[in-house]
Amino acid sequence: MTGKGGTGKSTVAAALALALASRGRNVLLCEVEGRQGIAKMFDVDPLPYEERRIAAGLPGPAGRAGAVFALHIDAESALLEYLAMYYRLGRAGKALDRFGVIDFATTIAPGVRDVLLTGKVYEAARSGRKKGTSSKGGAQYDAIVLDAPPTGRITQFLNVNDELAGLAKAGPIKKQADTVMTLFRSPRTAVHLVTVLEEMPVQETSDGIGQLRSADLPVGGVVVNLVRPRDLTGDLLDAARRDELDRETITGQLKDAGVEVDDSLVDGLTAEARDHAERRALEDAQRELVQAMDVPTYELPRIAGGVDMGGLYDLAAALREQGMA
Amino acid sequence: MSRKRTRVGPLATPESTADPLDVDALLDDQNTRIIVCCGSGGVGKTTTSASLALRAAERGRKVVVLTIDPARRLAQAMGIEALENTPRPVEGVNGGPGSLDAMMLDMKRTFDEVVEGQASPEKAKQILENPFYVALSSSFAGTQEYMAMEKLGQLHRDAVETGDYDLIVVDTPPSRSALDFLDAPERLSSFLDGKFIRLLTAPARGPARLMTAGFSMMTNALTKILGATVLQDMQTFVAAFDTLFGGFRARAQKTYALLQAEGTAFLVVAAPEPDALREAEYFVERLTGEDMPLAGLVVNRASTAPAGSLDADEAMAAASRIDRTGAGDPEQTPGLTVALLRLHADRIRIVEREAVLRRRFAAAHPAVPTAVVPALSTDVHDLAGLRRVGELLAAQR
Ligand SMILES: Nc1ncnc2c1ncn2[C@@H]1O[C@H](COP(=O)(O)OP(=O)(O)OP(=O)(O)O)[C@@H](O)[C@H]1O
Ligand SMILES: Nc1ncnc2c1ncn2[C@@H]1O[C@H](COP(=O)(O)OP(=O)(O)O)[C@@H](O)[C@H]1O
Ligand SMILES: [Mg+2]
Ligand SMILES: [Mg+2]
Repeated sequence: MTGKGGTGKSTVAAALALALASRGRNVLLCEVEGRQGIAKMFDVDPLPYEERRIAAGLPGPAGRAGAVFALHIDAESALLEYLAMYYRLGRAGKALDRFGVIDFATTIAPGVRDVLLTGKVYEAARSGRKKGTSSKGGAQYDAIVLDAPPTGRITQFLNVNDELAGLAKAGPIKKQADTVMTLFRSPRTAVHLVTVLEEMPVQETSDGIGQLRSADLPVGGVVVNLVRPRDLTGDLLDAARRDELDRETITGQLKDAGVEVDDSLVDGLTAEARDHAERRALEDAQRELVQAMDVPTYELPRIAGGVDMGGLYDLAAALREQGMA
Repeated sequence: MSRKRTRVGPLATPESTADPLDVDALLDDQNTRIIVCCGSGGVGKTTTSASLALRAAERGRKVVVLTIDPARRLAQAMGIEALENTPRPVEGVNGGPGSLDAMMLDMKRTFDEVVEGQASPEKAKQILENPFYVALSSSFAGTQEYMAMEKLGQLHRDAVETGDYDLIVVDTPPSRSALDFLDAPERLSSFLDGKFIRLLTAPARGPARLMTAGFSMMTNALTKILGATVLQDMQTFVAAFDTLFGGFRARAQKTYALLQAEGTAFLVVAAPEPDALREAEYFVERLTGEDMPLAGLVVNRASTAPAGSLDADEAMAAASRIDRTGAGDPEQTPGLTVALLRLHADRIRIVEREAVLRRRFAAAHPAVPTAVVPALSTDVHDLAGLRRVGELLAAQR
């Protein structure tokens, strides 16, 4: 799940994980940007570098819900794990740390960080251990949802192993890098993009899709988030924009419903409707651009009171209803 | 029904303890030389910077605004979409003694120019072509922040020399964290003269005492992981860059000092969202800790409270009564009133939530003057839009 910053990547990733975790399926939700966003959303203690069960999935119409597990991946732990695993670098690992190499590799060296993070995601896909089961080996999560870096960096991020394979030319690193790329380019992967109906995010989404495609990475769908209510439609929306709503009808209906009506109330409501209609016009124009992108699209409403756990399940249900899960 | 429109309704004034920010006093004060707009990504830093710059210019200041990553249409409207990396005059600024120049930061070019300005031509060429430099100058986390600082330093030196500008407004990169702007230059320069990179050059110079067991273990491990070529590129880069380190660090420190100077004012921009306001809090605390002059908080894209006294629950109750009686005759006005009441309830809930968030901020930082800018119903992509945001910034009561 990628998207422009702040459009709701983390929220939508969490909702999708809940939606996929039905009918006994288990889903792993991963984050790589080191902000403990998952823990905050699910209201649990900060996550360790280890898979944890954090929530029950959204129950489906039939069958029991599955579970959502979470994994917080940080580059430094991934590097130490990697060194221990592939190079058996006990003491040398420490030497690297003493010379500032770990710090260099995980915060500064371009690319290294991404290699580590994608490597760990790949590991999870390959051999994800499911807590509470004794089975080993084989893919044990039915799905993995990755709260990925933003659109501006996603292609570089997912493609880093391709570059690495090119650099390494031969040997174990090349082999590993090739395997990771094979997974990311396979139909088992889908890169979804979250956007809101505003000019910059939509532009970025369209650019992002182009970049993903030219890197042979599989584009999934576009999730349009924070969509405003659409109770007003068609002619009424036009009338609202022109400030020509039928005040008498409004006044009458409000009175019938037992509301104390005065001019200022009707003024207020029509002014809100006008603002809303103007925003909607903008959204509709952007929606057309999104639809022209020729990928499946999904829409999620803006939840006025903010997203809590209940809200996440509501968003999950909306995604399921639209066939994303 | 041609009523006079107020395009933006009255602001919700929650019982916050924060004083209103007096933007015009800040802009008119001739001692204000630099305004830095910071905050987390997408909150409206670029919009705020450009609006302040335009307003200052139209109030008589000679302004240059350094924008980073502006929306395409805004860049077009300001005539800076060409990425020239130098300021150019903005057309359509209302006359008077003031003026407005604008530019968009070209990170890579700024880095290249620093290298070219500091190294001999052959050495510069060698550096610019090094693969490691290419990666560093285009994707190093923090290069954009460092280059923004560098460009600010340059603009300031030019302003002092030529007198072309008496106010510099700076936008900051779209980082995840507002703090990156302050931290990145330090990170880059401590990387450039850090222990590790020094060590990389050591074998070339060959002081035998450095060839400890730990060190060779490290280089061996690195060669194994990164491959010999990468290590070699880094070594060549570091060797070539060596003489520039000092200069880099000195420049970064100078600009940092400029940020602490009297004539600088920081404005922290935030959206009325939990994450953005939390970032703003970190930033405010950090500025205070570093003795950096904080002018205030801008809460951008706030929802405006609707007029009237109908609350959200009453509105929803009335809506369902109308729904039930079927008064929304589908032939005529299909649910018009129901829709209006729902919109109203929705808006009130958002306004209330934002008010809670702002009160929380104000309670923790009561001394920070605040300006609340409503979300316009359209994007801000031309001078008229910037002017409008400028007016709203200044109209705090
Ligand atoms: N459908 C929605 N309705 C209401 N609020 C939402 C919705 N989706 C996201 N939000 C809110 O918007 C804010 C940003 O969302 P989120 O953290 O998911 O974005 P992000 O793209 O992951 O951001 P970042 O780029 O900072 O990681 C959060 O406060 C979140 O609760
Ligand atoms: N007060 C506002 N009302 C409506 N739209 C706004 C407002 N402030 C910013 N915007 C819009 O929000 C988007 C992001 O703003 P921008 O200034 O580029 O953010 P940042 O620089 O913080 O990333 C732009 O499309 C801009 O037009
Ligand atoms: Mg996120
Ligand atoms: Mg910006």
